[in-house]
Amino acid sequence: MAEIMVKQKIVVIGNGMVGHHFLEQLANRPERELFDVLVFCAEPRPAYDRVHLSEYFGGRTAEDLAMGKVEQYRNWGYDLRLNDSAVRVDRENKIVTSASGASEAYDHLVLATGSYPFVPPIPGHEHDKCFVYRTIEDLDKIQAAAEDGKVGVVVGGGLLGLEAANALKQLGLEAHVVEFAPGLMSVQLDEGGSKLLREKIEALGVTVHTSTATELIKEMDDGRLRMRFRGDKSLDTDLIVFSAGIRPEDSLAKSAGIELGERGGIVVDNHCRTSDKHIFAIGECALFNNFIFGLVAPGYTMARTAVSLLCGEAAEFNGADMSTKLKLLGVEVGSIGDAHGRAEGSAAITFVDEQTGVYKRMITDSAGKKLRGAVLVGDTGDYDTLLQYHLNDMDLPEHPEQLILPALDGAAPALGADALPDTATICSCHNVSKGDIVGAVQGGCCSVDEVKDCTKAATGCGGCSALLKNVVDTELAALGVEVNNDLCPHFPYTRQEIFHMVQVEQIKTFDELLHKHGSGKGCEICKPTAASIFASLWNEHIHKKPHVGLQDTNDTFMANMQKNGTYSVVPRIAGGEITPEKLIVLGQVAKKYDLYTKITGGQRIDLFGARLEELPEIWRELTDAGFETGHAYGKSLRTVKSCVGSTWCRFGVQDSVGMALAVENRYKGLRSPHKIKMAVSGCTRECAEAQSKDIGVIATENGWNLYVCGNGGMRPRHADLFATDLDDVTLIKYIDRVLMFYVRTADKLQRTSVWLENLEGGLDYLREVVIEDKLGICEELERQMGNVVGTYQCEWKTAINDPEMLKRFRQFVNTDEKDEKIVFVEERKQRRPATQEEIVKIAEPA
Amino acid sequence: MSEVAITRTEWLQVCKRSDLVANSGVCALVGDQQIALFFLPEQEPQLYAIDNWDPIANAGVIGRGLVAEIDGELTVASPLYKQHYRLTDGQCLEESDIKLASFPVAFDGDYVLIKIDQ
Repeated sequence: MAEIMVKQKIVVIGNGMVGHHFLEQLANRPERELFDVLVFCAEPRPAYDRVHLSEYFGGRTAEDLAMGKVEQYRNWGYDLRLNDSAVRVDRENKIVTSASGASEAYDHLVLATGSYPFVPPIPGHEHDKCFVYRTIEDLDKIQAAAEDGKVGVVVGGGLLGLEAANALKQLGLEAHVVEFAPGLMSVQLDEGGSKLLREKIEALGVTVHTSTATELIKEMDDGRLRMRFRGDKSLDTDLIVFSAGIRPEDSLAKSAGIELGERGGIVVDNHCRTSDKHIFAIGECALFNNFIFGLVAPGYTMARTAVSLLCGEAAEFNGADMSTKLKLLGVEVGSIGDAHGRAEGSAAITFVDEQTGVYKRMITDSAGKKLRGAVLVGDTGDYDTLLQYHLNDMDLPEHPEQLILPALDGAAPALGADALPDTATICSCHNVSKGDIVGAVQGGCCSVDEVKDCTKAATGCGGCSALLKNVVDTELAALGVEVNNDLCPHFPYTRQEIFHMVQVEQIKTFDELLHKHGSGKGCEICKPTAASIFASLWNEHIHKKPHVGLQDTNDTFMANMQKNGTYSVVPRIAGGEITPEKLIVLGQVAKKYDLYTKITGGQRIDLFGARLEELPEIWRELTDAGFETGHAYGKSLRTVKSCVGSTWCRFGVQDSVGMALAVENRYKGLRSPHKIKMAVSGCTRECAEAQSKDIGVIATENGWNLYVCGNGGMRPRHADLFATDLDDVTLIKYIDRVLMFYVRTADKLQRTSVWLENLEGGLDYLREVVIEDKLGICEELERQMGNVVGTYQCEWKTAINDPEMLKRFRQFVNTDEKDEKIVFVEERKQRRPATQEEIVKIAEPA
Repeated sequence: MSEVAITRTEWLQVCKRSDLVANSGVCALVGDQQIALFFLPEQEPQLYAIDNWDPIANAGVIGRGLVAEIDGELTVASPLYKQHYRLTDGQCLEESDIKLASFPVAFDGDYVLIKIDQ
């Protein structure tokens, strides 16, 4: 008889980010099998990313913000109860009762109830135009109220308050921040940092009122609200969002008789256990050492501690560093350790650049040897290095001020990975130490990507990716592994370096490039790469004499070779718009040459089965009817998919077809490191699936939202929202810059998605380059794109009028016979290549 | 089959120099045999002739491949699945048991001659 194992039951109350992390960590352990797991979630959806909540108004959907998915929980074997909150804990019988009346026994209870927003008891705060900022439902309500409004006020000038102000601004409201204290973010920033942050935020159009106490909120006759401040001042507004701090959600624990702190919070020990040893509390509801940790990273550490203990391993939570780095309304802010220098014997070093709006302050001990804290506003480039000095209690260099002074040669004095102890945390999202990374490299990982896969480092917020690369490269070098980024054996350079050489030295042919910078005779890697670079920069016809031998299979005959050596033909149908007359021509050509006809995913028509020698005739007929090449064969712009937009659709808010045509006609013919696909949707319903494209454009009431670097295919990636509410001119300008920057810097055959993931600094860096022109190259990028656009030619139209180019389009150079070995059979009333078995059968006499 | 096949080996004129495409390949038909011809003006020899049939892809496409140097040897990469075939003798570099037929080839003034069993 098989022994039946009795599983223990874990009930988790709360499914926020920390609760989700607990469940995710548990799911990945072999001990997972020992437990039945049930989760109560008061909200209608599983955990989502509250840290990036304001992006909900920047175009990200609830789906985008989701961390836990219902299906994933099912796969993990968890019993997830959405929309059902736990209302009572019977500790004696170890039973949890829910609002829906469910009664569930537990062996272990995990309280991950989080926190709720504190609303100051100002008379009038219960008005229905007063909101809090915590859940997606809160945001939906704020959005609805903002529709007819002009002004929005946030009460609270802390980290979350400024996030909320950003949200109001994105809703198109005139945003105000009202703060009781004399400065913004007073917990994290000193006076100097706070002052600069205020200047920067006000420059962005947010009005800041500090040292301002609200005494009364009154509804006026027109339905708007008037806030009366102490000192007889007032402010009229359409809505108010309270973001004046959080309070631990401890009511359930309180009613169950679990010990709470004096000012709330469920008291836990260094095992995250409450006064009842069967009950854990993790995240913002837990009070450790009389402190609530209102950041996600310490909450994650608590979650991991609880999981380890449940699995029978030793683990402790001993508090956490509250250092933080973030971007508020686009302003970089960083705070490390004792930012105010409150400890005795502190000394400070301050750097202020009023010109560029940068404030940096280091707090050291009196000897200037150890870093106790730091404040960074306007530029957080030094944050990672400073944090490592602080967390690892490392001795500061002889001239510590160099850590925050701008380096004269342009390069910041990065902290050598050698200097870090093995215990140094590199990735705080996934708690990966330098020792873990070194271990992964010694265990056989040979690249940053492999280390990422193996350790999960830099796969959370990605803020540590530069440091990770540094550690990996240092360790590889120490092991004597040479990091080889050479294009191929013939060129000891990366694609980016070759692009630069070709551009600067105005190299026009492969022979010249090989002679100057390469060796040997070239191969199928460097030849097409060079051909693509020449085309991106000089845009000569790809079949011009010096280039003809460089092209890859499909470019060689400007058609897509299929498995039997015949070709498919794809004329451009920009935006998917086609006249009946042209559609008839396609049908006539397909019929005449007996071409298998299929609609593509990119709203075009693909004609299969053309013999090599038929291609010029087919294209003569197509170009006569006004068709142009569709570049389906090239590493270049393929299609711009569109929905029908405001012209026809009753939901459309912009002319998406018109924009798709403009975009497709602008970038057609642009050769790039890999193929590029785009789409334009006429409203947020997103029928053109723009978020799965390299460049995605989605119409808004006010213009266009631009998404970048998505793709479908083997490893799908949602495009990232890059910029919002752009006018037509700015939209094109940004696409020009993003594309040309990609063309310049990507590796060979690297799609935009992988390019972005490998771009140091990621999306923020791309924005800095493209929107803020950090590198000062935007004008040049636009000029280069202008050159490509200005020198466009339909490659097929040119080719069919050039006897020299047509020379290659002969099946045999010595006869007009056809290739008898190409055999077709009929299926569903069209031709298709015969299989090998069918060919054998046909050859045998019956 | 009733015909009696007579086998003889001789140099045949297959095409003109101007039919070739420099640094690339074309295809000629001799009897039933498709022959891929590569003309590399900077190399010695300048001309190469191997079977046009790609036995891995089962298609006559070798003449449309890209010329690539691999470890010092001149090859053509199959346009379909990218295996490399040595231009001098048709040996497949990836699959040691696959070798394409190769043919002696030379210029005769403006003409290209190939030596082939007929």
